[in-house]
Amino acid sequence: MNKLKQLFAGGAVLTFMSGVAHAEYGLNMPVGVTETSRQVYDLHMLILWVCVAIGVVVFGAMVYSMIYHRKSRGAVAAQFHESMTAELVWTVIPFVILVVMAIPATTVLIDMHDTSEADMTVKVTGYQWKWGYEYIGEDVAFFSSLDAKSNEARQVGSDIDPATVENYLLDVDHPLVLPVGKKVRILLTAADVIHAWWVPDFGWKKDAIPGFINEAWVRVDEPGVYRGQCAELCGRDHGFMPIVVVVKSVEDYEAWLAEQKGAAASAKLAAIEDLDPRELKQKGKKVYRANCVACHQKKGEGIPGVFPAITGSAIATGDINSHINMVMNGKIGTAMAGFKDQLSDVELAAVITYQRNSLGNKVGDAVQPAQIAALR
Amino acid sequence: MSSESENAYFIPHDAKWPIVGSIGLTLLLGGFANQLNGSTSATNVMIVGFLILVYMMFGWFGEVIDESESGTYGHGEDASFRMGMIWFIFSEVMFFAAFFGALYYIRIFSVPWLAGDGSGASTNEFLWSNFEAIWPTNGPGDIGGEYKKMGAWGLPAINTLLLLTSGVTCTWAHWGLVANKRKQLIIGLALTVTLGFIFVGLQVLEYSHGYHELNLTLGTGVYGSTFYMLTGFHGFHVTVGAIMLTVMLFRSIKGHFTPENHFAFEAAAWYWHFVDVVWLGLFIFVYWL
Amino acid sequence: MTTVTESHDDHHDHGPAKGLMRWVTTTNHKDIGTLYLLFSLVMFMVGGAMAMIIRLELFQPGLQFIDPGFFNQLTTVHALVMIFGAVMPAFVGLANWMLPIMIGGPDMALPRMNNWSFWILPFAFAMLLGTFFMDGGAPAGGWTIYPPLVLQGGNGFPFMIFAIHMMGISSVMGAINVIVTILNMRAPGMTLMKMPLFVWTWFITAYLLIAVMPVLAGAVTMLLTDKFFDTTFFNAAGGGDPVLFQHIFWFFGHPEVYILILPAFGIVSQIIPTFARKPLFGYSSMVYATSSIAFLSFIVWAHHMFTVGMPLQGELFFMYATMLIAVPTGVKVFNWISTMWKGSMTFETPMLFSIGFVIMFTIGGFSGLMLAIAPADFQYHDTYFVVAHFHYVLVTGAIYAIMASVYYWIPKWTGNMYNEKMGQWHFWISTVSVNVLFFPQHFLGLAGMPRRIPDYAVQFAEFNMWSSIGGFVFGLSQVFFCYIVYKTIKGGEKATDEVWEGAEGLEWTLPSPPPYHSFTTAPEIK
Ligand code: HEA
Ligand code: HEA
Ligand code: HEC
Ligand code: CUA
Ligand SMILES: [Cu+2]
Repeated sequence: MNKLKQLFAGGAVLTFMSGVAHAEYGLNMPVGVTETSRQVYDLHMLILWVCVAIGVVVFGAMVYSMIYHRKSRGAVAAQFHESMTAELVWTVIPFVILVVMAIPATTVLIDMHDTSEADMTVKVTGYQWKWGYEYIGEDVAFFSSLDAKSNEARQVGSDIDPATVENYLLDVDHPLVLPVGKKVRILLTAADVIHAWWVPDFGWKKDAIPGFINEAWVRVDEPGVYRGQCAELCGRDHGFMPIVVVVKSVEDYEAWLAEQKGAAASAKLAAIEDLDPRELKQKGKKVYRANCVACHQKKGEGIPGVFPAITGSAIATGDINSHINMVMNGKIGTAMAGFKDQLSDVELAAVITYQRNSLGNKVGDAVQPAQIAALR
Repeated sequence: MSSESENAYFIPHDAKWPIVGSIGLTLLLGGFANQLNGSTSATNVMIVGFLILVYMMFGWFGEVIDESESGTYGHGEDASFRMGMIWFIFSEVMFFAAFFGALYYIRIFSVPWLAGDGSGASTNEFLWSNFEAIWPTNGPGDIGGEYKKMGAWGLPAINTLLLLTSGVTCTWAHWGLVANKRKQLIIGLALTVTLGFIFVGLQVLEYSHGYHELNLTLGTGVYGSTFYMLTGFHGFHVTVGAIMLTVMLFRSIKGHFTPENHFAFEAAAWYWHFVDVVWLGLFIFVYWL
Repeated sequence: MTTVTESHDDHHDHGPAKGLMRWVTTTNHKDIGTLYLLFSLVMFMVGGAMAMIIRLELFQPGLQFIDPGFFNQLTTVHALVMIFGAVMPAFVGLANWMLPIMIGGPDMALPRMNNWSFWILPFAFAMLLGTFFMDGGAPAGGWTIYPPLVLQGGNGFPFMIFAIHMMGISSVMGAINVIVTILNMRAPGMTLMKMPLFVWTWFITAYLLIAVMPVLAGAVTMLLTDKFFDTTFFNAAGGGDPVLFQHIFWFFGHPEVYILILPAFGIVSQIIPTFARKPLFGYSSMVYATSSIAFLSFIVWAHHMFTVGMPLQGELFFMYATMLIAVPTGVKVFNWISTMWKGSMTFETPMLFSIGFVIMFTIGGFSGLMLAIAPADFQYHDTYFVVAHFHYVLVTGAIYAIMASVYYWIPKWTGNMYNEKMGQWHFWISTVSVNVLFFPQHFLGLAGMPRRIPDYAVQFAEFNMWSSIGGFVFGLSQVFFCYIVYKTIKGGEKATDEVWEGAEGLEWTLPSPPPYHSFTTAPEIK
């Protein structure tokens, strides 16, 4: 019986600990950096404490009874087995407690749903397995995928100790950048399967559903770097599509935005040059490793039954136009997304050339960026 | 059975049909799965599985019919069978509810949202900007291409009449049975079965009309999907019901059933009425509104 | 009412047939119950072995052993096997064994169908587990099989769909049998409000099963046609909606979780009075509470979908309705405690597991209530907090109740007492380790670890390691459980008819083990 008591005590202590905000030990929900996240945190603490309190009463009664009403202590069983009053009491009291909880919950929920009067809008698109960000009305858009170091370390049998990688699995190549103190409306959708966008410090997550757009909003109070992850199972690499949001002061944000616009414009203006096939192949390898390996695998062998092999593939070794078409437009209804919008002309040309002349294939031809540009 | 166990609940022994049924079902579904995966020889497996299932049904029901006709069952067994059938029909109701629910959701929520109603404003603005919510629809992606709607007042209306009439003839046959008017029973059943099969025939005609002239297929967006799935599962149930009633017809001709003891007939009749009611739902929500 | 089975002076074949065919063709409720229970134990081991691989991979950060795709397959099949292969068949097995005896009937009402209900299952699970060896592997979209992801599956996909269909057929037939048995096979005088609570809870569970399994069948059928026959139920381009699937699935899924717990409530309501030597407190309110839970379970489904972007009114409705379930569940908990109150308690293994159930299920219920608060669920959803919640209600809830029932009734089934000392050890090792296994998962979830990931950021390392260690110990202790069961079947101290000092109910009036046909004449009901 002592053991049971100990166990109960242990459980109570653990529950208690979770109540104390040990954010740095990662025991409890983070308080976060938005008004919403603080409200949610308070709500969380409220229900937690209510549950703990009820737990103490309920388990206390149980333990008392187990100690004092045991046969070995000579307890004789009473024979009562009904009481309308008691039943009413323990129906009504919990009900009242629930109502008390429901009131703040309702307020917070209504607040979270209100996306009106936003200062700016960002459209977030989930892809297998990266995020696409688009600043509505600003002509700035980019993709954000798992940072290369983490990506290398996370391969099965990579022998790299994750502890040596900074922000292992929580870092990306191009973070989302937001201004501090502005109400940002976030539109969520997906290109292939359902994903969910979640930054714990913002206090919510929401699904990104293909073909539909969900709305949410965030107003961050402090500049900083906030990390999160995809929170809806989206296939093989669901665990490897983190989210990083860098929140900057309004000025820094404006500067950053201008820079992005400039970069986008100059990329558009850059003359389309033909590249040496060897160079294409080299570039292509990088693009392949970053975008295609997850499905088609390192050596192009694919995963039988789900992802076709590139090695010896009828498309990758056959008519070049259908190959280009497959990579640019993908195939509807399959995991093969179109990469037209995700990759530049050069990258597309490179990866196609790479697939045709590497990974065990030897077609011998090459695609030039100009060809791709013409097909857009 | 000895006289003493007259009112004892009958517990059969050595049920060999269930395992046969399991093997048949597994071959049928496993073969189907393989066929969907593109295996060509799988069709044969399916056929074998199907035949085994048919064999099982003949065997199983045959055994039960023999037991019933030899007076093995009393009130207790009869009550069990009845309750069993009612709950089975309830499970079928819930199966159809899933599809009706899907239709309801699509028409009330998903299509209007795609068209910008309610919480769908951004969905429409950013993804499907030219889409308007009109039922029927094949969706903003125009899946399946140009098509025409299936009208309600042609074949479907005739079919409604057919089924309703068959419900009446079925009940009439039942009255005959209870009043021990065998002729009325047999004629009523024969009429019901005939109406049922005409219904199925017309349904086939309608499908062929849909596929060949209206370009309305399973792949015509959600309209095609809901239309064919709902009417298709219903049609399948009509077929099963008609087969059940056919068996009852043959059994009646052979002189089975008494005014007191005719559970099998009643089960088939209940099933038939259930199929009838589902059709009314279909007629209203799929064809008409 | 007919309650007398075949009389023994008629020289018909009564005893079991011989050899393997006895088990294949049996129509005897006890034989079929035994088959179900053994099947469920095997599946528990299979699903548990998968969980062990999951915990092994999660032991430390980095991918040490398995490919992420395979990890997802394991998660998916682990859940399907545990729910449809372990817990549900275990309950059906218990129903088969005990219901006819508890209501004083001769057998289940539809014995041939009873046989078929069982004998579909091994085929269904052969199909499901066979997908591991197919191109593309087993289904990997989670047990919730959401489209569009699940539609990306390989050759295993249609097999999984059909396996689910077969499980559904089996459950519906089993449930029909239970309902009809309860309605039609009771001994004279066994009125509904005299039925033991286990019978009541199963009655309501069976109703839930018949109501929702066909809905699941419909949902997976739509998946099948979306994949292979061009329909667009779950595709926006055609006017459908991926979220539609979630609505249909959870319309099944939420009542399903009560299917997994109501019989457990029934079991605990049998055991606690026995060892408290005091009648169950509030019998009729228990019945009403169970019915209310069943009713509410149909209108709360979207609490699994708070983050899909429902309109505000929808979220509020589902939040309130979900919170309400705490009331009738609370009534049950309070009634159990009142039953113990002023009793004369002893703590044999079944009682220990029942008390463990009440405490730890309640902890799981509390976290459930937290999840029900929609704005907070925006944080909890799809994290290990949810994983912790449902393992508390499923493992320390459903599984614990099953364990309790096995210890409680195995002397009746086999005629042998289990080894009490071993039973106590099993309980204590399990209880300590299961908390080490699942309690830290609350912290992981709150701190931000998503579920269904094969690898995680390093700040989650410590708790995951604890959780894995707890998992391995808990796993081993279940192997020990198998050994205890095996030993009890083989032999042991002979059990008396009544077995437990405080036991009440018809099952204790029969010899241990009971004769092949339980009540050849209807028992007298007081
Ligand atoms: C046996 C199975 C079982 C049971 C019984 C429950 C019981 C409950 N569950 Fe749980 N649940 C699951 C199995 C179960 N659940 C599973 C498997 C999932 C995950 C599925 C997946 O996504 O894979 C899930 C997920 C899940 C979610 C979705 C989480 C998410 O994905 O974001 C929610 C949200 O509301 C929820 C709520 C509840 C509630 C309110 C109860 C209530 O019934 C609990 C009621 C009990 C109590 C509250 C304790 C006792 C009461 C008292 C002592 C009275 C006084 C108390 C108060 C007034 C507070 N559950
Ligand atoms: C009744 C249902 C049930 C039961 C009993 C269990 C039992 C267990 N579950 Fe499971 N679980 C689910 C239902 C269940 N689970 C569901 C629904 C999900 C969600 C799936 C999804 O996301 O889609 C899930 C998911 C899930 C996850 C999350 C995976 C993820 O999100 O990626 C984890 C991780 O720890 C886990 C662990 C365990 C463990 C350790 C046990 C243990 O209790 C198991 C103990 C039993 C044994 C271990 C068997 C006995 C031992 C052997 C066979 C010998 C081998 C032993 C050793 C090597 C020591 N489960
Ligand atoms: C999310 C998984 C995924 C990713 C990432 C992916 N593909 Fe694919 N790819 C597929 C699938 C699935 C198919 C098969 C489509 C079908 O059914 O025909 C495919 C098919 C192909 C084919 C045709 C092969 C054949 O023989 O059918 C080519 C070529 C191809 N992909 C190139 C690429 C390139 C180049 C990239 C990266 C820039 C890439 N893929 C990224 C999933 C993916
Ligand atoms: Cu994207 Cu999970
Ligand atoms: Cu639920």
